[in-house]
Amino acid sequence: MRILVAMSGGVDSSVVAGLLKAEGHEVIGATLQLYDHGAATSRKGACCAGQDIHDARRVADTLDIPHYVLDRENRFRDAVVRDFADSYARGETPIPCVRCNQTVKFEDLVGLARDLGAEALATGHYARRIEGAAGAELHRAADPARDQSYFLFATTQAQLDFCRFPLGGMPDKAAVRAEAARLGLAVAEKPDSQDICFVPEGRYSEVVAKFRPDAAEEGEIVHLDGRVLGRHAGIARYTVGQGRGLGQASRDGEQPLYVAAVEPGRRRVVVGPRAALPQAEVAVAEVNWLSAPPEGPIACQVKLRAREVPQPALARWDAAAGVLRVTPDVPAIAAPGQACVLYDGERVLGGGFIRREAA
Amino acid sequence: MTLYLDANATEPLRPTARTAVLAALDAGGNPSAIHSTGRAARRRLEEAREAVAARFGARPGDVVFTAGGTEANALAVHGLGRGRRVLAGATEHPAVLAAAGTGAEVVPVLGDGRADLAALERMLAGGPPALVCLMAANNETGVIHPIAEAASLCRAYGALLHMDAVQAAGRIALPEEADSWAISGHKLGGPPGAGALLLRAGLNLPALIAGGGQERGRRGGTEPLPAIAGMAAAAAGPGEAARLAAMRDRIEAGAAGLAVIAGAGAPRLPNTSCIILPGVASETQVIALDLAGVRVSAGAACSSGKVARSPVLGAMGLGALAGCGIRVSLPWNAPEDAAERFLEAWSAMRVRLSKSAA
Repeated sequence: MRILVAMSGGVDSSVVAGLLKAEGHEVIGATLQLYDHGAATSRKGACCAGQDIHDARRVADTLDIPHYVLDRENRFRDAVVRDFADSYARGETPIPCVRCNQTVKFEDLVGLARDLGAEALATGHYARRIEGAAGAELHRAADPARDQSYFLFATTQAQLDFCRFPLGGMPDKAAVRAEAARLGLAVAEKPDSQDICFVPEGRYSEVVAKFRPDAAEEGEIVHLDGRVLGRHAGIARYTVGQGRGLGQASRDGEQPLYVAAVEPGRRRVVVGPRAALPQAEVAVAEVNWLSAPPEGPIACQVKLRAREVPQPALARWDAAAGVLRVTPDVPAIAAPGQACVLYDGERVLGGGFIRREAA
Repeated sequence: MTLYLDANATEPLRPTARTAVLAALDAGGNPSAIHSTGRAARRRLEEAREAVAARFGARPGDVVFTAGGTEANALAVHGLGRGRRVLAGATEHPAVLAAAGTGAEVVPVLGDGRADLAALERMLAGGPPALVCLMAANNETGVIHPIAEAASLCRAYGALLHMDAVQAAGRIALPEEADSWAISGHKLGGPPGAGALLLRAGLNLPALIAGGGQERGRRGGTEPLPAIAGMAAAAAGPGEAARLAAMRDRIEAGAAGLAVIAGAGAPRLPNTSCIILPGVASETQVIALDLAGVRVSAGAACSSGKVARSPVLGAMGLGALAGCGIRVSLPWNAPEDAAERFLEAWSAMRVRLSKSAA
């Protein structure tokens, strides 16, 4: 069948294109240009593709498949980068990869794939899509170290039905690199991408400040008990649970302090001892279900951040309010803006974005 | 069978040009060398110069060979624009706009794509002597600018007029009123790698690249003789205007009522049609047609290969429609059934896309 493959220029999506081509499918490659690579690397005046787009094109040449570069700079800036800055300005810690998957990748590319008469969209994500009785189910990747199901929770059921994740069953990254080498792809040894793609030097606070200068204004660092301990250079630099970047507010005598809350209205960063941080209940909004929405409380496992294993919890879905209330068996640190994803074993049931409870 | 309808990106090589390129490659020689082989190369170079000059309305001594249209435009803008304000049409090619730089003033276009002459006159009246850059015909829409009228305004206000004739050359008779005009070999059906800047008699300009003093000191570097010979041979190629215009008209008749033709009210190149399908991104159309074997484009070809919203259509006030146009440009060797084959693929695409939108 005709399949559109989202090719980033990295080894994973390159292997996806190669595997599908080898299976005899009519593969069409598409690479998103999401930002001006010249500007991102402080080189002026380059309208043109960065190394990743170049690599994607060379892989497509090697595989002899049609390949197109799609200009999504404006869409990405509005749907992902601006949202990233807005989220920080709300005192949250955004998760731009989810927004990007939600908008630029799945919403737009599924639409393009349908327009081009393709029957599926394939990506290099590490997750398994399993055909279930009520449509496609999203499951964790075979390799727990690579599992990206957390970042895919916002994929709608219709998108999931249309999508394919051929790497979900791969035992590990080494196997993917071996496939790349076997397919003769020049990217076989290319290093994994790191951090946030549109923040090349890792100074995300500068990106935030460009869109939301208010998130870079200084303010007080306050102890949970009300004492003012110091000053900060913008709430965008802080996330709940963080211990670094607090200066003289990093300790209270012998006791190390951590960010307990970020209050955008008063531009305050609230700190407290580690033990004060975990929450008994986590409120989750913008919920997307990839299973039948539960009518009563369900026991499940939840992931509150990308790098942790799912923890047992009880989840209650308030459909009328559109809010999911999650009670981890062991109170946990939850940073507003991050995703809360519900699992039943390997399967993703649904998820949403962690919200700050009204004080 | 694929159908190549992207002549404005590059014309297919004409057989006469191919023959001339191969002959020059085989003969070799540097036109600047003193010995017999050099002289033979010089003779071929000057014959090419005479042919280009005669074809495009300049004296041979006023033809400066370059490595392409972009360089010819840059040579004119930098050379003639020295010490002058630079005014550039809103729909000029990036080759001109980039050379003109961010300090250039933009001459707006009317809704049909033609330069707004009243605005041009106001701009000319309002400042020191200028260099005005106005293309003979637009690369995306084929719209032909009122060069003669613009030139008389320029004369009245002491301005120079540079004309990017890259798309017009070989397709229509070039206006004769500009002070300089640029052409490109591969848009004529020659190989890429050669272009020329032609100058009004008596006008001179400093080199961008000095080098060994070739081209009477106006463009250093050994002339790319095979490409120049190919360009000269291609320039002599028979005009296809009437044949292509008839095909273009059949395409536009077939799309009538379903699509918007950009600049339809203005005089246009015979081979070019910018077809806007409201609500469907240019990119989707270009890809869908490519997968169906029909090669068209949207906007100027960019080295990244990405498709961006057209600034040309934007400047014409087309708003959201500016992202929904494709450029169909018929090559000199378009097959007789090109219009019908295009319409078949285009209609199939249109029906499918309107279904998936529903």
